[in-house]
Amino acid sequence: MIKVGDELPAQDFPVTRADLVRYAGASGDFNPIHWNERFAKSVGLPDVIAHGMFTMATAVRVVTDWVGDPGAVVEYGVRFTRPVVVPYPGEATITVSGSVREIREDGMAEVDLTATVDGQTVLAKARAVVKPPA
Amino acid sequence: MGKVYPATEPYLVSREKIREFADAINDANPAYRSADAARELGHPDVVAPPTFPIVLTIPAGHQLLFDPDVDIDYGRVVHGEQRFEHARPVHAGDRLHVVVAVDGVRVAAGNELITTRSEVRTTEGELVVTAFATIVVRGPEK
Repeated sequence: MIKVGDELPAQDFPVTRADLVRYAGASGDFNPIHWNERFAKSVGLPDVIAHGMFTMATAVRVVTDWVGDPGAVVEYGVRFTRPVVVPYPGEATITVSGSVREIREDGMAEVDLTATVDGQTVLAKARAVVKPPA
Repeated sequence: MGKVYPATEPYLVSREKIREFADAINDANPAYRSADAARELGHPDVVAPPTFPIVLTIPAGHQLLFDPDVDIDYGRVVHGEQRFEHARPVHAGDRLHVVVAVDGVRVAAGNELITTRSEVRTTEGELVVTAFATIVVRGPEK
């Protein structure tokens, strides 16, 4: 039986330029800020940044790995507060943790997620509503 | 503001596209790959990750980003917020289309914030997912 305050197992997710290229292909978001360093810098970014949607998809894995059934996630939203800079060569690491903030009357659990890179928050208001594991 | 774009062409969700997307987010969940594994969880076929609908809503949103009536510098666009409300999960075999509506436009800290609402429905009209996005068009560097 889950209860308010329960912690979801935290995870570290590495992300490389190759991941971004693959995500661009899979998602159809080919904005060059996600793969072209020269272009990213020309528009005032520090370097290539991850797709916000890649970070969003990564963060919710803490929830789907917890419940097992990805279809149990009925609502999921985030605000992108800080770009995830992905160096080349090298990688960035997105650290994600979650906790149950509320159990609704209908039994759905509201989960707050925290996602950080090098200790800095990259998502705000990251919250999923999920049918809790049996 | 208030503009609603025409429904996109129907998109047939395939097992292969779901697998490709799951691979791209490095997620090994078997329900994204095996119809049997998905059926054990009560799904009719392979289930899509919660953020998969972005595959449909990004091209749908390009109607706005590349709308000749709306002057947006694509290179200055970043994603501000995103939220999905699932009436049900997306499954392989779904035939879906998207209707994008511009919910609001405002300026904050020199940036333009555009909020959109994208309804993803089956071609029979069943609402599957509503996606809410805020895109930020960054103002010039100070």
